[in-house]
This record gives sequence, C-alpha cells and structure tokens, in this order.
Amino acid sequence: MSSHYEAPIREPLVLGEKSYHDISVDVGAPVLGKANKSWWIVFTIALVAFLWGLGCIIYTVSTGIGVWGLNKTIGWAWDITNFVWWVGIGHAGTLISAVLLLFRQKWRMAVNRSAEAMTIFAVVQAGLFPIIHMGRPWLAYWVLPIPNQFGSLWVNFNSPLLWDVFAISTYLSVSLVFWWTGLLPDFAMIRDRTTSPFQKKMYGILSFGWSGRVKDWQRFEEVSLVLAGLATPLVLSVHTIVSFDFATSVVPGWHSTIFPPYFVAGAIFSGFAMVQTLLIIMRKVSNLEAYITVLHIEYMNKVILLTGGIVTVAYLTEYFIGWYSGVPYENYTYLSFGAATGPYWWAFWALIICNLIVPLSLWVKSLRRNIMWTFFVALIINIGMWFERFDIIVVDLSKDRLTSSWTMFQPTFVDIGTFMGTIGFFFVLFLLYARTFPVIAQAEVKTILKSSGESFKRLRAQHGDDHSHLQTVEEYPADAGPSANVEGKHFDSAFDETNEDVENNDINFEANRGKIDNLLSSVGTFDPALQKQDNLKKINGVGPVMEQKLHQLGIFTFEQVSRMTDREYDLLDEIISDFPGRAKRDDWAGQALMLKNNN
Amino acid sequence: MASKKIHAIYTDDDLLLQAVKQTREANYHISEVFTPFPVHGLDHAVGLAPTRIAITSFIYGLIGLSVAVLMMNYMMIQDWPQNIGGKPSFTYYQNMPAFIPIMFELTVFFAAHLMVVTFYMRSKIWPFKKAENPDVRTTDDHFLVEIDVENHDVEKLTKFLYDTGASEISLIENEQDH
Repeated sequence: MSSHYEAPIREPLVLGEKSYHDISVDVGAPVLGKANKSWWIVFTIALVAFLWGLGCIIYTVSTGIGVWGLNKTIGWAWDITNFVWWVGIGHAGTLISAVLLLFRQKWRMAVNRSAEAMTIFAVVQAGLFPIIHMGRPWLAYWVLPIPNQFGSLWVNFNSPLLWDVFAISTYLSVSLVFWWTGLLPDFAMIRDRTTSPFQKKMYGILSFGWSGRVKDWQRFEEVSLVLAGLATPLVLSVHTIVSFDFATSVVPGWHSTIFPPYFVAGAIFSGFAMVQTLLIIMRKVSNLEAYITVLHIEYMNKVILLTGGIVTVAYLTEYFIGWYSGVPYENYTYLSFGAATGPYWWAFWALIICNLIVPLSLWVKSLRRNIMWTFFVALIINIGMWFERFDIIVVDLSKDRLTSSWTMFQPTFVDIGTFMGTIGFFFVLFLLYARTFPVIAQAEVKTILKSSGESFKRLRAQHGDDHSHLQTVEEYPADAGPSANVEGKHFDSAFDETNEDVENNDINFEANRGKIDNLLSSVGTFDPALQKQDNLKKINGVGPVMEQKLHQLGIFTFEQVSRMTDREYDLLDEIISDFPGRAKRDDWAGQALMLKNNN
Repeated sequence: MASKKIHAIYTDDDLLLQAVKQTREANYHISEVFTPFPVHGLDHAVGLAPTRIAITSFIYGLIGLSVAVLMMNYMMIQDWPQNIGGKPSFTYYQNMPAFIPIMFELTVFFAAHLMVVTFYMRSKIWPFKKAENPDVRTTDDHFLVEIDVENHDVEKLTKFLYDTGASEISLIENEQDH
C-alpha cells in the first residue's frame, strides 16, 4: 500500500520507474518473444550432455553396475554423492519460497519462482540415482508397500533407504503443487496478454482458468501460507532423512548425531550457491536486472555466509568429537590419514578451501555486492559441496575397521558421464522453463511494488508516508465511453466535453505547421497505401484522446512512435500542451519498440 | 430474468480499496472483484468470511498420520513381525523411532495435497476450465468491480462510481452463464 510506513533505511527491491503494467511486460517478454542464438547454443550443449548421460544410464542398466568404478568395499561413491548433491541443491528453492515467506521477507518475491523451478529440476536429477544405482532397477517398484501375490510381502520400514523413498517423493510432489499453485495467476497473465492462439490455448490450460476473484485470492494466500508452513519442516525432514542413510549406520565417520542439522545447513548452503549461479545469468539474459538486484544477491550471499558458518562449525565439531570420543576408529578417520593426510588428501583440502576459506570473502561488503565475485564463489561452493559428500561417502568407506578391506575408488567414464548427463538434463529443463514460464512471480512482485519500488520509495522520501501515490491517469472515456450503452448523459464534469466529440479538441495546425513538419520529418510519414495503422492505445499513457491527436498529426504506427527521442517529445509537448512530459515519463518510444517487435 | 450489472474498472489498488469501502457504505452490492494480484485487506473490505481451508488441511494431516500408523502397525507388527537386525517388533511403540520419519512424511503429504485439491475444487479451477475474468486487463494492471444494479438508478450509480475514481464504467445487460 502506498501510504504505509516503510523504514527509509530499506533499499528498494524493484528498480526504475516501474508500474504494474511494466512488471507484466518485463516478465512476459521472454515468454512472448523468441529465443535468441545464445539460448539455442546453450540448449544444444545441455541436450548433448543429457543424451550422453542417457547413453551411460542405458549402458549401466543393460550391462550391470560393474561398469562403474565401485568395488566390494566402496559400494556407494559417485551415485550417492550425486544424489545427495542434487537433493541438497533442491533445498534452497523451498527455503526461499517457504521459510522466507514465513519470515515475510519481501526480497524472496523476485527469486522464488526460479528457486522453486531449480528445486523441482534438481530433485528430478536426484531421483534418478536411487533407481539407476540399483542392481535390478526393473524391480524398483518393490520398494512400495503394494499388496501382492507373495502372500502380501511388505517392505521393511526400518530402513532409511525406504524413508528416502517417502521423503523424496513427498518433497517432489509437494514442491510441485506449491510451485504450480503460485504459477496460476502468472500463467493467467500470459494467457491474457499473448496474441498467439496457440499460446492462448496452452496457457489457458496451464492457468486452470484462473480469474483472480477476491475469494480466489483469499484462499490462494491461505493455501500458500499453509503450504509454506508444511514445506518448511518438510525441507528439514527430507535432508535429515537423507543424512540418516549415513548417520544410522555403524561406519566410523558416518555414525554421527550431528548429521541431520549439518546436512540441512549444507543443503541450504549449496542450494543458495546454485540459485546465485542461475540467477546471475538469468537476470542478464532475460533483462530482469530491475527485479533481481544487487540487493537480492547480497541477501542470498548473507544466507550463504550464515549456512557456511554452520557447516564450518559442524566440521570443527566432528573433529573435536573424533578426538574427544577416545574411539580409535573415529580418531583415525578424522585425524590420521583417513582424511587430511591420506590418499584422499586433495579431496579433503578441496572441501576445506571451497567451503570454509573462499566463502569467508563474503564478509567483505564490496565482495558480497560484486556480481562477478559472487558468481565465482557460488561455483566454488558447488564444487566444494560435491567434495563434501564425496569425502563423507568415499573417504569413510575406503578405510574402515578391517585393514584387510582397505581400498581406493576410481571412477570410470560411466560414473562421470552419468553425472554430466544429469547436469545436462537439469539445464535442458531449466532452459526450457526460462523460455516458457514466467520466471518471476509477477503477481507477488506487484504486491510489493508500492512499498519497495524505487520510484515509490522516492515519492515517500519527498512527500512523506501519507502522500497519495495514485498514478495520474489520462481521464478519458472507455472505448465506448462510461456507461456509453446507457441512454442519456451521466456526467456534468469537464469530462463530458471530450466525451461528446473528441474531434473538437483540434490541434491548431496553422500555428504549429513548422513544428509538425519538423516532427514528421524525424519520425517518418505514414502511407495508408503501404502501411497498416497500429492501435496506439496499447501504449501505456495513450488514451483515445491522445490517439486522436497523434492521428491528426499524422502518427499512426508504433514504428513512428518508436523513433521519438527527447527532441521529438519536446516538439510534441509544444504542439499538444495537455499532458506535458507525459510521453517522456512513460517512455512511449521504448514501449512502441516493444509493441512493434511483438507484432 | 437478466439482471443488470455494472463493471467499474480502477487502475490502482489503493483507489480500488477506497472505492470498495465507499460502495459498501452506500449500500450497493458488490458481487465480484477481479484483481491482478492479492490486494491485502480487500477480502475484509468486501466483507468476505475468512477461509476455512487451513482447518481442512489440519484434518487431512490427522488422516495422513492415522494412515501411516495403521499401515506400519499392520505390516511390521501384525502381519510379519520379523526380526530385522534385532529391532523389537513386538509392539508398535517399541519400534516407533524407526517409524517416525514415515509418519511425518505421510502427515505432510496428505495435509498438503488434499488441501490443494480442496482449494482447486472450492475455487473451481482445473485444467481446461475456461477463464471467467470479464476483462483481460484484470490479470495485468486493472481492477474490476462488479456491482449489481438491482433496483438502483443506473445514472446515480454510474455517477457515484465515477466519483469513486473509476476510469471505465460499463453497464452489462445480460447475465453471463458461469
């Protein structure tokens, strides 16, 4: 709301002079426009990687798990490392959409849609690994407690691997409906803005016929809030259950009660790093820099800093307990060449450098607001968190209680190819998403525009909190006039003059002859024989009255309007003195350029 | 009988909120409001009853919890009380720690999904449902208030709405089938 109190200390979350309509235009642009060359290049690369990974998966399943680098001691390596890594990445999405909603963080609005998309796509990748790492994946349906012909043979509910099945499928499905419900108003916006009949049909189906009634919104908000309340413990429980795969075992280095919170913190840490990676690229490619601002990046960096700190404390705690426990195996795993100085020393130190040392740079404000540096740190964290899972899984397995079963792990090209394939698949999905889905929750951003928009904050700073910020609109009759279909006149105001006959508002041609010629010479003339007239009223700020006047001047197309510069705006203001500065403020040329390209 | 309605379009949410309050004070009946985003406080201003959807979610959660307990009690304790790794399968509560993760997940699963389905049913939205907003701009940046004319004087009502700041006012003669 415009006239409410908002602390002046808060930086704006929406930059520039944005109106509600501008938000729709900016968010709709990537969906309504066409993909550019760089999109196709990146998409092709991702698709090739995906197909290569698919080949590796088919090879594994048809030939046997032996094509991987696993051995009798190390039965889990890249498969479960990648599984935990992908599940972890998915967690930031729900954290942003659910936890930040509970904490009423307005900055989440611009990033939640993409973060949730990332969750869905990352969990899909994660979900592949529990299936393909099975020796007999065609019997995977046996993990479900379905009545059957074996006397109804059930599953064993004691196993964390079965808990995983329930956790991951609940997580994926709940995230999906949460995401989709939030998408309905945005799909409806695209549906109502597109001119293509195919898109209209598709988004009509996708939007479930969303109409935006006040009761729908009331329920919508309640549903979002309850889903956020359910998703928050869900996020914590899912990665907790994933951590139980290790924590409930008897393997030294795995059997640790710190794992559940420590894994969750690590998941948020790595997930936010992935969100940064994706959004820094997306804000640039999709021209969303006004919505995903440096402030958003800084806030996310602060979350990274916090969770990175929690992870660091967890590492130190593990070390302390390894020594304090007095258990030789534990002590060995952590302090001797089990990790830091053993054959996997490089993996251990990669983890320490990537997760502990490099993120510390984010304590420096200038680095945390530096987009290039953030991108670099985010990539480093993604690598570091992969090593964290690799270290936990492989290093602890490679040197267990019996020295006779000590061994090393060497991945094969199939291990690596499968991982590359999931990265490719992830980007295939994300790139398709970025072209077909409204990547910013525009309905939500519109709710914070007046409290956190740059222009509105400036108005509040100038005029105080109680100043009315109603946008002045050109008062003109609706296409058919106010209650034009009712007999008789209803208004006694000045309004009526324009209502009677717009043509009466003639331009003084004689006095302005020179200026009009000057204006037309720079914007170009209209030839009715060759060109088609555009509906200039589509330009925000141009009403029927203004359109009439532009027509009288000889301006009929978006093409002409798009050629206007400050000089032409001034000329126009001199000729038509009704709305001085209006054209410039609304950026008619920019709007016309967009409209022209969309046709 | 075709009932007459007036569609008044506003271009600003604050203006809309103020107009809705004035319209209700003037005892005109607002039959529907279409907005492009949730305008906070609008449901209260229009006089809608609070939604009970959170209560349904709580009930669905309890159902989910019962399903989990009954399922695992039957399968692990009654049907096949096996010794798996020395876990006590004599009674449910003895092995309950191992059942908690799934009890939790199913509670959330039922509470979330059934509530969303309830929402879709109650708000009558589903794939292939035709959108019912009377003006496409209401999903972009316009706010539309639909007012029953009933036996009010159309001229006075229109003037009144104009004074509340409506930028477009039109009379809808025939009732559309919803």
